[in-house]
Amino acid sequence: MSVSDAEELAAATPAAAAATPATLATARAGREALYFARRNRKLLVGLAVVLVFLAVALVGPLLTDHGPNEYVGPPAQRPSARWWFGTTMFGQDVFAQFAHGLRATFLVGLLGGGLAAAIGMLIGFAAGYRGGAVDEALNMLTNVVLVVPTLAVLLVIATYLRVRGVVPEAVFIGLFSWPWVARAIRAQTFSLRSRDFVDLARLSGAGGARIVLREIAPNMSSYLCMTFILLFGGAVLTAATLDFIGLGPTDGISLGLMMNNAVLWSALPLGMWWWFVPPGLGITMIVGSLYIMNVGLDEVFNPKLRKL
Amino acid sequence: MRRYFGRKLLIYAVTFFVAVTVDWVIPRFMPGDPVQTMLARASLRPEASRALQAYYSGVFGLDVPVWRQYLNFWSALAHGDLGVSIWLFPQPVTGVILRAIPYTVALLVPAILLSWWAGNKFGAYAARRRWLDNTVLPVGYVLTATPYMWLGILLAWALGSVAGLFPIAGGYSFDVEPTWTLGFAGNLLRHWFLPFTSLFLVGFGGWAIGMRNLIIYELEADYAHYLEALGAPRRLVRRYAFRNALLPQLTGLALQLGVLVAGALVTEIVFSYPGLGYLILQAINNQDFFLIQGAFLFIIVGVLAANFLVDVAYVLVDPRTRTGMRGGG
Amino acid sequence: MSAVTLRVDNLKVWYRTLRGDVQALDGVSFGVGDGELVGLAGESGCGKSTLGKSLIGLDASMRHVGGTVELDGKELPIGDPARMSGFRFKEVSIIPQYAMSAMNPTRRIGRMVAELLESRGVRSAGVHDELLRRLALVGLDAEVLDRYPIELSGGMKQRMVMVISTLLNPSLLVADEITSALDVSTQKAVAEALVDFRDRDYVKSTIIITHDLSLVYQIADSIIVMYAGKLAEKAPTDTLVAAPRHPYTRMLLAALPEVGVRHDTRRLEGIPGSPPSLLDPPPGCRFRDRCPLAFAKCAEQPPFTEVAPDHLVACWKAS
Repeated sequence: MSVSDAEELAAATPAAAAATPATLATARAGREALYFARRNRKLLVGLAVVLVFLAVALVGPLLTDHGPNEYVGPPAQRPSARWWFGTTMFGQDVFAQFAHGLRATFLVGLLGGGLAAAIGMLIGFAAGYRGGAVDEALNMLTNVVLVVPTLAVLLVIATYLRVRGVVPEAVFIGLFSWPWVARAIRAQTFSLRSRDFVDLARLSGAGGARIVLREIAPNMSSYLCMTFILLFGGAVLTAATLDFIGLGPTDGISLGLMMNNAVLWSALPLGMWWWFVPPGLGITMIVGSLYIMNVGLDEVFNPKLRKL
Repeated sequence: MRRYFGRKLLIYAVTFFVAVTVDWVIPRFMPGDPVQTMLARASLRPEASRALQAYYSGVFGLDVPVWRQYLNFWSALAHGDLGVSIWLFPQPVTGVILRAIPYTVALLVPAILLSWWAGNKFGAYAARRRWLDNTVLPVGYVLTATPYMWLGILLAWALGSVAGLFPIAGGYSFDVEPTWTLGFAGNLLRHWFLPFTSLFLVGFGGWAIGMRNLIIYELEADYAHYLEALGAPRRLVRRYAFRNALLPQLTGLALQLGVLVAGALVTEIVFSYPGLGYLILQAINNQDFFLIQGAFLFIIVGVLAANFLVDVAYVLVDPRTRTGMRGGG
Repeated sequence: MSAVTLRVDNLKVWYRTLRGDVQALDGVSFGVGDGELVGLAGESGCGKSTLGKSLIGLDASMRHVGGTVELDGKELPIGDPARMSGFRFKEVSIIPQYAMSAMNPTRRIGRMVAELLESRGVRSAGVHDELLRRLALVGLDAEVLDRYPIELSGGMKQRMVMVISTLLNPSLLVADEITSALDVSTQKAVAEALVDFRDRDYVKSTIIITHDLSLVYQIADSIIVMYAGKLAEKAPTDTLVAAPRHPYTRMLLAALPEVGVRHDTRRLEGIPGSPPSLLDPPPGCRFRDRCPLAFAKCAEQPPFTEVAPDHLVACWKAS
């Protein structure tokens, strides 16, 4: 009986809930994780920073009554009480652009990272669990997609698309960022599938997908969580790069596009720092906090790393 | 070892094949007549437009069956013919790209090598001292989270615009003629320095963090404990741990090549540095699809070659591959 | 009585954990004579591995709370890793529990041994012939030095580590669960090698840590039985097996299968219950809750006293 099955059973029969050692073990593990999570500074600080930016992304655009690309004020204004982040060369509100850009950033991270995670898990689990010819074929696929530089492919694809949106951009990024995930998951699945509890599940008649979902994946849940965070950050960075080259969404605004415009319209020699510092700073802080959160999570999940 | 290289070369061959096919396929699957669409978007002089149309109809040739078009593409490729640039008509794409490549290579190769080596050394060192570790860790993560172009922008603004120490545009000063003099070399270096530093710093942060984590992991390994139990001095244990940690870092280098190349491209854009990245930007702005496709192929070949070099390096560093033993492929 | 190599006096070593201090070793005293092979037996968590590790020098999570360890008349600074490293490998050595993965996977074994020796200030060229002799003794070919650890089988790695650990003829050798991961025939070879090392004076005294009484019975001169951080009984092997005095020892021996005895004539008896937690151990004899002979006086911790020559027991009923 797997741990999750034991949990289900325990939930269904409250009287037996206290009795099963397996439930006690998972409950203890969960409480222990939470205990360490609450005390881990890296995790808390990282999470806090990300949440702050998320709040700005959600609430910020509501605070402005104009679109990010509208010409609302005198051009090239420094930050002031009226324009928190100043204005661009054309008189656009930098803060409005920043807030809307953050929305695009989070969206791309979520969609792109999520898609890459899903593909990576699918391929990794399939290759690791099935082995044999399936593994060989998926391995070749993984290796090819791995070697090809993402930007180069996206370059060619995006060039030919006349109209581009945030969602297609996220999808493209997700389609090419998964190889390292697939590899890592495959390796772990290999080592897990020869363990006793998997043999037990197989003996009790569970099929491949069920075994992966109920036995193997939960054992790697902490790793999968951390992987998603890394993919999120990676998607954000890739999108920023794409946008900066000019291959980002054709409508709306994004942080990468802001930097592109700033450089294009001589913000550098003119010293309009309020135009190019916030977008890059936003990306750096979000992705950096995600990475630091990840380190914190690693400490929470891995007892050997906890400092006494 | 032959199996090892054989497998790698197979992957690269397949990748190249797929990449070239993708390069050929994409314009054909976009709606509309690709040639017309391209020519219509670019504003060309009538005679240029006609010449291009004739040329490309010959190569794409709607009168020739699709498989023939594909083969023609490959044969053109084999001759080093990537077509003619739309924006810089009538210059051939290959020539345009080859003029830009040296600048990109001059940025990329030192940046990759130096940041990898220095980052690894520093990460290993930081793992030893608690106070250093506590300061290095957040800095490293922030550096590696920094988008390449933003660091470039910051450096350009701070050290270039504000402090005036370095120029922020071009491969060399616009008012200087390229000559084989020391003065010109100095000029080149001054223009090279900021983009190089930008690339170096971001990479450095990543490798330092990676090595620091790996070293800590290695120092907890059984062989490290055994050596300590037998009273071996720290430096022997650290030497073994470092050597062992280099292996995954080398693998990581291969994985990061695409990211590093992308970083170099955008950094060039920030500094208007006349390498492949800046060329691509201009190609995009001028709708020069053939130049973009050519650049794509160049990037692919470069990345594949670099991957191969890393594979060779891996064999040199991991003695087990030479005997045919691979523990933990 | 012959000379004593090792004297442990009231040794207390605790582990620091988030939930408090685990009193893994709580006042352990015994001696090991010159040339003696002592078996240290007990169930998981009784503290035998901690004892083994303490003799080599504590690691960061252990705390030396009290007591002394004397080797060849000199006190061992077990709480001070810096000073202890001088003794390691040369005077006190260990064959670790993790011998299978104890060697650097990316170094040829011969090269690793040479570098280890050089780092300890020993000229590897001077020891080379002796190394080859000992390899032959345990049945390893000289060319194993040119191999990587991954090319060796589990048994070969175990024997290699045995040779390495004893290369500099330590006074005291601690063998920590060295047969646990091996098949029966390799176990025999390894056990015989240990005796051989002692007979040839490669090692003066040996402590064999194990949970397998039946193995250690065959090669040890005396056996110490540990329970919950304290010593229960120490006696010469034959005496301990034939006439154990401590109830725990008796029940341990009764749980061992005997050749020729059938299931329907005599059933194996286990020991019901489990050892107490060492985070906050109960006062008095720690075996009290599981002991069929427990009575009122057991609320007071029995001293580890000599009830017969060389036979020590910690039990009110035995003394």
